[in-house]
Formats: sequence, C-alpha cells, structure tokens
Amino acid sequence: MDIFSITLVSSLVILLVFLATTDKGRRGLQLALRSLWLHKLRSFLSMLGIIIGTSAVIILMAFGEGSERDVLEDIKRLGTTNIIIRSVKPTDDANTNRRQMVATYGLTYQDLEILKTIPSITRLVPMRIFPQETRRGARAHNSRVVATVPRYAEVNELTLLDGRFIVEEDDERMNNVCVLGLETAKTLFPFEEALGSSVKLGEFVYVVVGLLAERMPTGGTGGSQAAEDFNQDIYIPLQTARGRFGERITMRAAGSRSAEKVDMHQITVTIEDVDKVRPTGEIVRAILSDPERHPRQDWALTVPLDRLELVERTKANIRQSLGIYASISLLVGGIGIMNVMLATVTERTREVGIRRALGARRSDITFQFLIETMVQTGIGGLLGVGFGVSYVFAHAALKALPMAAMLFQDGSPSPILHLPSITWSLSTAVGVGVIFGIYPALRAAYMDPIEALRHV
Amino acid sequence: MPEVLRIENLHKRYSVESTAVHALKGVNLVVHQGDFVALMGPSGSGKSTLLNVLGCLDRPTEGSYHLGGEDVSKMTDDQLSSIRSRYLGFIFQQYNLLPQYTVVENIEIPLIYQGVRLNADSRDRCIGLAELVGLGQRLDHRPMQLSGGQQQRVAIARSLVNRPQLILADEPTGNLDTKTSHEIMVMLSRLNASGKTIVMVTHENDIASWSRRIVRMRDGEVESDLPNTPEPIDFSGPPLPMHLLEEAA
Ligand SMILES: Nc1ncnc2c1ncn2[C@@H]1O[C@H](COP(=O)(O)OP(=O)(O)OP(=O)(O)O)[C@@H](O)[C@H]1O
Ligand SMILES: [Mg+2]
Repeated sequence: MDIFSITLVSSLVILLVFLATTDKGRRGLQLALRSLWLHKLRSFLSMLGIIIGTSAVIILMAFGEGSERDVLEDIKRLGTTNIIIRSVKPTDDANTNRRQMVATYGLTYQDLEILKTIPSITRLVPMRIFPQETRRGARAHNSRVVATVPRYAEVNELTLLDGRFIVEEDDERMNNVCVLGLETAKTLFPFEEALGSSVKLGEFVYVVVGLLAERMPTGGTGGSQAAEDFNQDIYIPLQTARGRFGERITMRAAGSRSAEKVDMHQITVTIEDVDKVRPTGEIVRAILSDPERHPRQDWALTVPLDRLELVERTKANIRQSLGIYASISLLVGGIGIMNVMLATVTERTREVGIRRALGARRSDITFQFLIETMVQTGIGGLLGVGFGVSYVFAHAALKALPMAAMLFQDGSPSPILHLPSITWSLSTAVGVGVIFGIYPALRAAYMDPIEALRHV
Repeated sequence: MPEVLRIENLHKRYSVESTAVHALKGVNLVVHQGDFVALMGPSGSGKSTLLNVLGCLDRPTEGSYHLGGEDVSKMTDDQLSSIRSRYLGFIFQQYNLLPQYTVVENIEIPLIYQGVRLNADSRDRCIGLAELVGLGQRLDHRPMQLSGGQQQRVAIARSLVNRPQLILADEPTGNLDTKTSHEIMVMLSRLNASGKTIVMVTHENDIASWSRRIVRMRDGEVESDLPNTPEPIDFSGPPLPMHLLEEAA
C-alpha cells in the first residue's frame, strides 16, 4: 500500500472511531441518518454517482487482478529462472532442399554443448517435439511426442499420478519406455490399467512406466510462445528418440509430404539466480546470433521474467487509468451530492436559524451538514462496494457453471476481488463527501441567524 | 432584585443599498430579575431589532449591552452562541419547532448545544417540562400532529430546558386565537410568578396587560416605560415543579 491509501484509510478509521465513541459523533451520525431517511429517494439518487463510481472501481480492479493472476500463473509455470530457447522454422525457405523437401534448421547438439559451458546455467533440458500417432491395439491417439531428459520433470514441476518419469538409465540405454499425459492415457487405455502395458509409437513398442496428472496449459500470449496442451503428450527418452526415429522427422501436412531435420526443438535452461537470468539470456543470445552457427534466424528466445516485467508495467498502466476513471466518476458523484446538499441547506435554512438561536455554534452547523454529506457518500460507497463485490462473486460463480460457459469468451479472465480497492474506494468516497460537503456546510454555518429564522 | 440586563445608548443601523436605516437610536433599558416586560409600539419601530440584540442574535452598531454582568456587545460569534445556550430561552411567533423531531426531542435541542450529555436524567427533565406545559400525553408526537397552541407550549418547554436567566418572546400569541392566547399567557405569567424574567414583544394591549411593565417604542426610541399591574390570575392547580425551572443550589 502506498502512503496515499494509508492516509485515506487511517483517517477513515479515525473518523469512524470518533463517530462511534463520542456523544457528539453519535448524535451527528443519528441526525444525518435521520435526515437522509426522511428523503430516501433523493438521497439514493444523489448517491448514485458514488455507488456507480465505487462499484466500477472494484469490478475493474477485480478484472485487472484476475488477468494479472492468469498471466502470473502462466509465467510461474514457465519458471521465472528459466530461459526457453526454441527452434523456429525460418520464413524464407531458400536453403531448403526442394527435391528432398527436407528443411534443416534450429538448435543443434553443438549449441547444447556450448550452452553447457556457461557457468550460471545450472540445468539444461533439451527436447525434441514432433507429432506422432500412438497406437494401442485398435485405438489410436494423435499425440505429441516429447523426447527429453529426466530433469524435464523438475523444470516443469510434473506431478505423477502413477509410476515414474524417465530416468538417466532409460536415456543411456535407449530404453523403449514412455510416460503418458492424462488425455493420451485416457484415450489409449479407457478401461485397462495403463501402467506396465505397452503402446506402439512408430515401428517400436514402448512400455508405459508412468502416468502424469493433469497439467494446466500455458497461454499463447508471448510472441514465439505458442499455447501448449501438455495433456496430449507422450514422453520418451531423448536418446531413444535419436536411435529409433533418427535425426530426421517426416510430417504429413495438408496432404503434402514434408520432412524436417531438427536436432532439438527446444532447450529449457535454468539459471542459478533470478538476478542472473537477464545477463545469461544476453549471453545465450550472443552465442546463437553468431552467423557461423546460425546464418538464419531459426531460433527464438523467451525469457518469462520479461513478461513478468511487462505485467508489472501493464498493471501500473491499469492502475493509472483506473485512478483517472475513478477520479472522474467520483468527481461527478461529488458534484451531484454537492448540488443536492446546497438545495438541502437552502431548504433547511430555517432549521439552521432555529438551531443557531438555541445555542448552536457555527462549527456545530458545519459538523452537522458535513457529517450528513459524509454519511451519504459513505453509504453510497458501501452500497457500491456491496454491488461490486457481489458482481465479482456472481461473475465467478456463473463462470463456474458449465451451462453458462457460452456467455463468456474463451480465456477471458475471471475477476478476483482486490481487497485494497475496497478500503481505497470507500475512503475516497468519504473523502469526496468531505470535499464536496464542506462548501454547503460552511454556507449553512455562515448564514445570518436572524435572516435564517425569517426564511419561510 | 439584581439586574438581568442593562442596555446603554444602543444604536442599530442597517445599510441597504447605500441608504442607511437607523432601526435603534440610543435605547436605554434595564431589566431586573423577575420582571415581565411587554415591548410595544407600531410596526417598524424596532421591537424585533431590539429583541434580537437582547437575544444575542445580532450585535449593536453602537452602545453597550450587559447580560448577567457580562459585556455581550464585544463578544465573538461562538461566545454569543454559548451565551444563548446558557442564559437565554426563545419563544417565537412561528413556534419554530423542528418538524423531524418529536416533542421531547424538540425540548432537548438546547441541551445538545450546551454540550450536555443526553442521558436518562436529561430525558426525564424534558418529559417533566412537557408535562408542565400540559403535553405529557404527546411526548412522541411530531409538530405536524399538534395544534398551534400545543406547538407553542412545546416551544415554551424548550425555552425552559436550559434554566435560562431571561426568556425572550417575539409575539408569542401572534398566530393564536384569543382562547389559546389566554392559555399561553397564563403559562407565561405563572412562570414569571415563579421567578422567571420575561421580555415579550406584542402588538396587543390585551396581551401586554398580563405583564408587569410596558415599554413603548417609536422610531427606534423608547417612548414610554411604565409599570403595569396585571389582573390577578387563577393560580389554582398544582404548583410549578421548581426543580425543573431553577438551578440546583
Ligand atoms: N436586516 C435588516 N436590514 C435592513 N433593515 C432592517 C433589517 N431588519 C430590520 N430593518 C429595519 O429596521 C426597522 C425596525 O424593524 P423591526 O423588525 O425591528 O420592527 P418591528 O417593530 O419588529 O415591526 P413589526 O411590529 O412589524 O414586527 C424597520 O424599518 C426595518 O425595515
Ligand atoms: Mg417584529
């Protein structure tokens, strides 16, 4: 919390304590509630601006919070100390051997060896990723084969439902073992026990040694980063893939046959310390940019940490525009209330005269009308908070219902209640009451009592 | 009897759009404790202006005003408010009750501005005063539900709640019929008989005849200041509860 909101909130608390504990405060509060109750509709209408303002702030903040959480979770899944390097098919295919239709590009084993020499890198997880039909008897599944090393499990924080992940021994010995993603397992083994059974991948048969729990997909928000659904995966040891499938992978795309030779589709690199992520990223970039090694831009680098910063910058932007929005709506609400209060003061001129004759000081009159405005904006703020909070919960609840799914755009963020926005908007509402109530209140207090008494 | 108020050479001038109105031109007046003064005179002679100055709602342009030994003419607005809440009780022609309050709550108002903590005692006192003016059965009624005479009784009870040194009434019967006026005057006379000092503005000789002293004004000056012998009133009925009217010794 910043100084501004701390000041606001603490003055709100002091005010509340004063109103609740002192005789004068309680009486002022009672009086204010009574006059407001006397003109229910008018009070409600004059509060409307404040109600809309506060509820809008709370709802917008909740959406901001929700989308922020979505992105943050995404980044966390990718890992803040990770750098992800991918092979990218270059757009100009000049170097492709057209006769053979084999495209050669991407990260090489040589790259991997060089990366291993960077001291700040603690972990390197290379993977090859290609689509391949997996079969189990008559059942088939269009899986995504991920050929990788045991540490893949650490980097991606995998949870196993059953069995184990690939181990070093599998890789060294080129064992024909595999680990199934949840959807793959469900499709291939709807009724039987998957663990210990075998599946056919290409020409070879693999023993299922592990089953993965469900994994949240990553969003496809950042540049080269495509959305990934890990549940369709099947994992095999990297060396096994080299042995069984060779370095070249043939793919069928839109009826035509194409093949590509890619050593590695992705290398996930883990850095020992968050502070060293960016410098290391620069080193990696420099190495890969060497035209000797990669004459074409056939790789891409994703630093999840950069996205974190982007999120923070976006957040600051959202805050700022929300602040402007809230100020405008509260200003409008405040003017509405001031207008009504000025009318009220005129209407109650005689009351002011009577009170003054009976001994009220100017400050008593100021206090009375000021409290009334503050109670008005305070109640308006509370109603706004109530509405905003209910909206946030209703939205989340509705979204959870399967039948209401079509009402929401895919991937739209769910609002998450942003608690500081409640105290903040509430105290701002009361603050608006003070600012816009002071003039009408002083106007009442500085009326000539004799003239006020003569007022009809 | 000690002096309640003393006015010497009091002037009040208003300037309305560059023309000066001289509403009071050197008024001298001394009121003693227990007095019942009727302030009379033609319209525009300055009665209300004088009463407003006496009531510390207005400050004199010139001259001095001592209330209970204190020089009021030089006081600040807040000090005047405090004087009003401690020394003075007001009764108006238009009753001037607050419509959103009940009878008892209306009577309570001056206590609020005295800074008195409202509690069961103060409430009992307000109920006692409501009973004194004959409204014991209507404690929770609002002004709209009362007749003019009843509203004026509430106003009288309200003017008594702070045990004032001086009660100021500007045409208290101006809006009432003869019978109700009579009831109100009986009430004021009884209060006066029990020691309350009253200054009352009136146009009517009948009403003035209840007082002990008649001050006539003309063109902002005191024309005559004569003692009056009121007709004896019927004091039958229970005596006034003095503990409600006077300071506890
Ligand atoms: N606020 C004011 N501004 C200018 N002139 C005023 C003001 N108040 C009173 N006057 C003038 O002072 C004079 C005395 O007025 P005041 O109200 O005291 O008369 P009054 O004796 O009470 O008359 P009435 O019997 O009609 O009530 C009048 O000429 C009036 O016009
Ligand atoms: Mg008058």
